Amino acid sequence: MANLKTFNKGGVHPHEYKRAAAKSIIVLDPPAQAIIPVSQSLGAPSLPVVNKGDIVKTGQLIAKGEAFISSNIHSSVSGKVAKIDEYIETSGYRKQCIIIDVEGDEWMDDIDRSTEIKKECTLSKEEIIAIMKDKGIVGLGGATFPTHVKYMIPKDKTPECLIINAVECEPMLTADHRLMLEKGTEMLIGTKILMKALGVDKAMIGIENNKPDAIEHLTMLSKEFQGITVHALKVQYPQGAEKQLINALLGREVPSGKLPIEVGCVVNNSGTAFAVYEAVQKNKPLIDRIVTVTGPEVKEPGNYLVRIGTPVSILIEKSGGIPENTGKIINGGPMMGKAIPSTEVPVTKGTSGILLFPDLQSKRIPMLNCIRCSRCSSVCPMGLEPYILAPQAEFADFEGAEKHFIMDCIECGSCHYTCPSGRPLLDHIRLGKNKVGLMIRNRSTKN
Amino acid sequence: MNTMNLLNISGSPHAHDKDSVRKIMYWVVIAMLPAMFVSFYMFGYGAIIIMLTSIISCLLIEYLIQKFILKVPVTISDGSAMVTGILLAFNVPSNLPLFIIVIGAIASIGIGKMTFGGLGKNIFNPALVGRVILLISFPVQMTSWPKPIESARQITDVITGPTPLAIMKEGLAKGESVSHVLSANGMENYLNFATGQMGGSIGEISAIAIFAGALIMLFRKIITWHIPVSYLGSAALFSGILWMVNPEAYVDPMFHILTGGMMLGVFFMATDMVTSPMSPVGQIVFGVGCGVLTILIRVFGAYPEGVSFAILIMNAFVPLINNAFKPKRFGGA
Repeated sequence: MANLKTFNKGGVHPHEYKRAAAKSIIVLDPPAQAIIPVSQSLGAPSLPVVNKGDIVKTGQLIAKGEAFISSNIHSSVSGKVAKIDEYIETSGYRKQCIIIDVEGDEWMDDIDRSTEIKKECTLSKEEIIAIMKDKGIVGLGGATFPTHVKYMIPKDKTPECLIINAVECEPMLTADHRLMLEKGTEMLIGTKILMKALGVDKAMIGIENNKPDAIEHLTMLSKEFQGITVHALKVQYPQGAEKQLINALLGREVPSGKLPIEVGCVVNNSGTAFAVYEAVQKNKPLIDRIVTVTGPEVKEPGNYLVRIGTPVSILIEKSGGIPENTGKIINGGPMMGKAIPSTEVPVTKGTSGILLFPDLQSKRIPMLNCIRCSRCSSVCPMGLEPYILAPQAEFADFEGAEKHFIMDCIECGSCHYTCPSGRPLLDHIRLGKNKVGLMIRNRSTKN
Repeated sequence: MNTMNLLNISGSPHAHDKDSVRKIMYWVVIAMLPAMFVSFYMFGYGAIIIMLTSIISCLLIEYLIQKFILKVPVTISDGSAMVTGILLAFNVPSNLPLFIIVIGAIASIGIGKMTFGGLGKNIFNPALVGRVILLISFPVQMTSWPKPIESARQITDVITGPTPLAIMKEGLAKGESVSHVLSANGMENYLNFATGQMGGSIGEISAIAIFAGALIMLFRKIITWHIPVSYLGSAALFSGILWMVNPEAYVDPMFHILTGGMMLGVFFMATDMVTSPMSPVGQIVFGVGCGVLTILIRVFGAYPEGVSFAILIMNAFVPLINNAFKPKRFGGA
């Protein structure tokens, strides 16, 4: 494996620090109270279809995604709807949540809860996509884009290849790693189902080389699955970004502003493939996910299969409690995750990890003037110039930022990570993207 | 436990590379150590005194300007003023009167750096600004170089002499041939140039010591190959063409590379992050510009040495180069 593939431009290699890599997935019981936000995917919030006082079963639809980009939400527990009210969530804002007081764990009758592996799938393409929509499947890598929308391929495009993103390039996270080791067959069946939904006979699974056991395991299992190949990739952040992964595997570049289908690909996370297996073969909606809890001083780092809506505090408690000197708690990975304001925030479909950082590591390095070292642009996987974009956004030159392709930014944070002057490049660029995005939308509505 | 008021909130990324401006600057200082040792060996304590004076003056001037004129936080511990101080000392003769090096420090930090807004904002390499101001203001003191080794062993009566470049320029101006100038002045053995046995400024004499420092910086990813290779390559190519046209009127490329401030300029001056272009292609353009200008000035200009002027001229073009040569975008047309 001398010459491992990776993407063609930029990238960084943060300390991997995967402390929980050897920890088997632990199934957690439902919490005493589940807080289920109605907005858990990209796009419009879903509309609640239950009322206060209603009795719900595990797996029952409780909020419906009506908009084009939106997703269904199901109850992850059984019990009584205590209230539908605003509650603090990952963003730090209070958002509408369905709060359920848990009583027992009574599942919907049509869900197959056995551990028996069902390999055969005779459903048609359209039926599979309908199930993905119905069961509220969203991308579990962190972006939470509704999966069924990805499969609405424009008429003039022909998909050639499905790509399964098992890269897990974020440091510290090990949820996908464990999933591959423990649910590899199910994940591959899910991949097969996705191939059918896409109408392709080829799927590539990309895994970074720091998970040799997962590569070996899946390579062995994939012999049973025609058309699925496993590819070891050189460790390089942000390889898990879909454009970078396509580039690493196929050498193709998705054109600026376009979707992967432009180069004949659809990319799904390995966790999503598993969720699709459960939805299609077991009739189980997306009501739980694997979450890594770790940190430099966490007593018992671990990977947990946890119901959506479980407060983060319960996960932390399971891992030995909050270390004394904790200064920051992150929902997601250290490179792209969000710092959360409270441990009462619930786990959502997008929660891939809960990281506890000691105080010292939770503060940024002191900021100095830009020394024009050009590291930000040399590590930018999109070939942009963060040292120009950040001041443009800071000083409100949004037209200029648009001309410098600010909308190409994938917010991987490599620029800020590498900046020796500790400049908050991505903070400014994120703001700039927001404003430029608004500008573009206003322009298109005027015309 | 209620952690509501205890947690830090900030945007991603939450991890940071271990490198910082301070680390980069101190690694540059470490990279300059080999050249410092050679200068001490060749020129003795004079070189050390000049270097210390230069460093202390640069730090002090930056401190005074930040504290009393600009009234901004003092940042002399970031190491950048120290680097400027050493580089300024590297660019002057080892017997320079100390008051002149202090003036050089004022010019470097005061005019070259702080006028533009301090670290990272300057257009021109501060040490070169200082050097050129001194060269124009004190032409005699700035061009009488102590002879290496001999001057290190003698406390009084320092023997001074011109640099190989000056000898060559003068000889050719008198109508002598290149080979005659080389043999008449005992300059046939280029190995002496590489090890630092030639007249010259404190830090520029030993190509080998400078290259050792450059390897440290390349390894630490403080500099990339683009500027050094394009600078040396274009200078060698340009002087090589002239040499091949008439080897008796134009000296060979190796002489150009090993003498004067070429090596110091190529690896420590032109590669200055602040004053060089951002994109790899831009850096190559910059390096080629420096190389061609250096040889132009050396061969056809009034001064025997052209490195400082070439780099300063190209510094002025950096904003234009940055505009013209962008990094290649992912998925761009």
